[in-house]
Amino acid sequence: MTTGKPRTLYDKIWDDHVVDIQPDGTALLYIDRHLIHEVTSPQAFEGLRIAGRKVHAPAKTLAVVDHNVPTTDRSKPIEDPQSKAQVEQLAINAADFGVEYYNEHDRRQGVVHIVGPEQGFTLPGATIVCGDSHTSTHGAFGALAHGIGTSEVEHVLATQTLIQAKAKNMLVKVNGKLGEGVTAKDIVLAIIGKIGTAGGTGYVIEYAGEAIESLSMEGRMTVCNMSIEGGARAGLIAPDEKTFAYLKDRPKAPTGEAWERAIHYWSQLKSDPGAHYDAVVELDAGNLPPVLTWGTSPEDVVTIDGLVPTVESGKTEAQRAKIARALDYMGLKGGEKPTDIKIDRVFIGSCTNGRIEDLRAAAKIAEGKTVAAHVNALVVPGSGLVKEQAEAEGLDKIFVAAGFEWREPGCSMCLAMNPDRLAPGERCASTSNRNFEGRQGFKGRTHLVSPAMAAAAAIAGHFVDVRDVK
Amino acid sequence: MDKFTVLTGVAAPLPITNIDTDMIIPKQYLKTIARTGLGKGLFSEMRYREDGSENPDFVLNQPAYRKAQIVVAEDNFGCGSSREHAPWALLDFGIRAIISTSFADIFYNNCFKNGILPIKVSKEDLAKLMDDAQRGANATMTIDLAAQEVRGPDGGVVKFDIDPHRKHCLLEGLDDIGLTLVKAPKIGAFESKIAQERPWI
Repeated sequence: MTTGKPRTLYDKIWDDHVVDIQPDGTALLYIDRHLIHEVTSPQAFEGLRIAGRKVHAPAKTLAVVDHNVPTTDRSKPIEDPQSKAQVEQLAINAADFGVEYYNEHDRRQGVVHIVGPEQGFTLPGATIVCGDSHTSTHGAFGALAHGIGTSEVEHVLATQTLIQAKAKNMLVKVNGKLGEGVTAKDIVLAIIGKIGTAGGTGYVIEYAGEAIESLSMEGRMTVCNMSIEGGARAGLIAPDEKTFAYLKDRPKAPTGEAWERAIHYWSQLKSDPGAHYDAVVELDAGNLPPVLTWGTSPEDVVTIDGLVPTVESGKTEAQRAKIARALDYMGLKGGEKPTDIKIDRVFIGSCTNGRIEDLRAAAKIAEGKTVAAHVNALVVPGSGLVKEQAEAEGLDKIFVAAGFEWREPGCSMCLAMNPDRLAPGERCASTSNRNFEGRQGFKGRTHLVSPAMAAAAAIAGHFVDVRDVK
Repeated sequence: MDKFTVLTGVAAPLPITNIDTDMIIPKQYLKTIARTGLGKGLFSEMRYREDGSENPDFVLNQPAYRKAQIVVAEDNFGCGSSREHAPWALLDFGIRAIISTSFADIFYNNCFKNGILPIKVSKEDLAKLMDDAQRGANATMTIDLAAQEVRGPDGGVVKFDIDPHRKHCLLEGLDDIGLTLVKAPKIGAFESKIAQERPWI
């Protein structure tokens, strides 16, 4: 692992996984871990069957169902015939190709990006891919993790490698200490607001600085998860003692001598002093208020004490057209205070904010209060194990007493492939990652927020500054 | 995968920034286990009204553009999810090339796996091609991959860059997996090495 030139964390992981350099300069990169879900894998397995190919490394592959599964009573069959067929196909493919699979009745089932870390399948320094853009989540462990398309899923299944061009390095340094009520979600929304939704295109982002180091593993996962919303396929945070403590004794984490050797290797996974970054962005978290989105792109952010932009505030014709389209879709005029925006629905969950710490933060706000009469609020734990943990802590009782619905794990209303979705025109405070047109349901209106902000909005019936909630 | 050599066809203008993969193919179409048949869902939420009828204002519903094979769009086309259903839907509709100033990484990559050519051009060239595309059925463009150029209806030529390996694979319709499997001995040797160095993997 030693060469003369100072290297970034990304450079180091990259160098340790190059199998071959192709004549055009792209690399054949070895993939250590491959996560599979039901939506982006059926056509890949079909491709293997047609070509008579096997899965090259079944032990490095883990399948879980998440996008389609209903979050209501799991003892009933899936009603939607297409969803049901897709779920059944994953079970068949996993069995036929010898891949470990967590079905919807398994307590380990959940959103693929919550399951990987929880099982210790996600490890520092590993290359991790999945047919899902939020694979960037796993970068919180110092893994090089990114989403791939289905053709690439098939390529990884068949060869355990991927053809890759090396990305550029971007450092996002988040300085200062977060204020009370301000979270990892607010940090990442602020970063995307700053760099724009294409700002990270072509880069791997390394997050560093005091505010990042202070985050829990859950918070770091939230930040890395939304790297793709800033255009970067992968986000990375150097592993440290918190990372190792999180992984220790996880079912698939190394044990005994292998654990000691792994810690030794993982401890070297940090950028060298003087390593070159192609771009550096700094953000001061010390003065950051809670952040929410107002429009239809994750870059459309406003602080809770700010104002929704007006069309006139656009600097170019293209910007004014973009703002006008987003305001129209969102049913806003421009110039509103976020605290004056009324909501109809609340969604707490997803690979961005469906972990135990997220549910604790939301429950802390909800405890002893009642969801506003006109609001329907859902809490969807990220996995069966998160659900068990939350129930052991009594969080489910707090939510239910406050009028939230307590559901079974899955992707749910983050992308509304299952029955959880917005009706046309409904406005949602959502802890998920995308506020695209139609994302949570046809003509649905999504505002991205942290779990605490979502819970506070559920109680008030409109957005509130969570720092004012007592 | 079909080869991509020279394409002559109508180009549809989509002057929208950040066209995301949820716009290209919404989630209700992702429940298929096939690669084909997704064309009907392409741009569904802009293309159809709430009652399921066609929205006559949407470009691909206008007579001149119903058989468009090229899309011209603003910055950051294909941002969002990794769903390969997006290029599959474009292809199934008949779109073989997309012209923009920039593309999201995963979508860009997915295009090449499906015989679709994403073309990056400068802001000035995009404005010119968008203008050409707005001229309806008279807006036939020719894309010549070997020559790396787009020829507009007035004979104007826009040159573009493309990675040589990707160009080669598109011109020949080559499948990556077959090429990689030739390197099986190298992959095996790498696996033996990491079994020693990183046995926990």
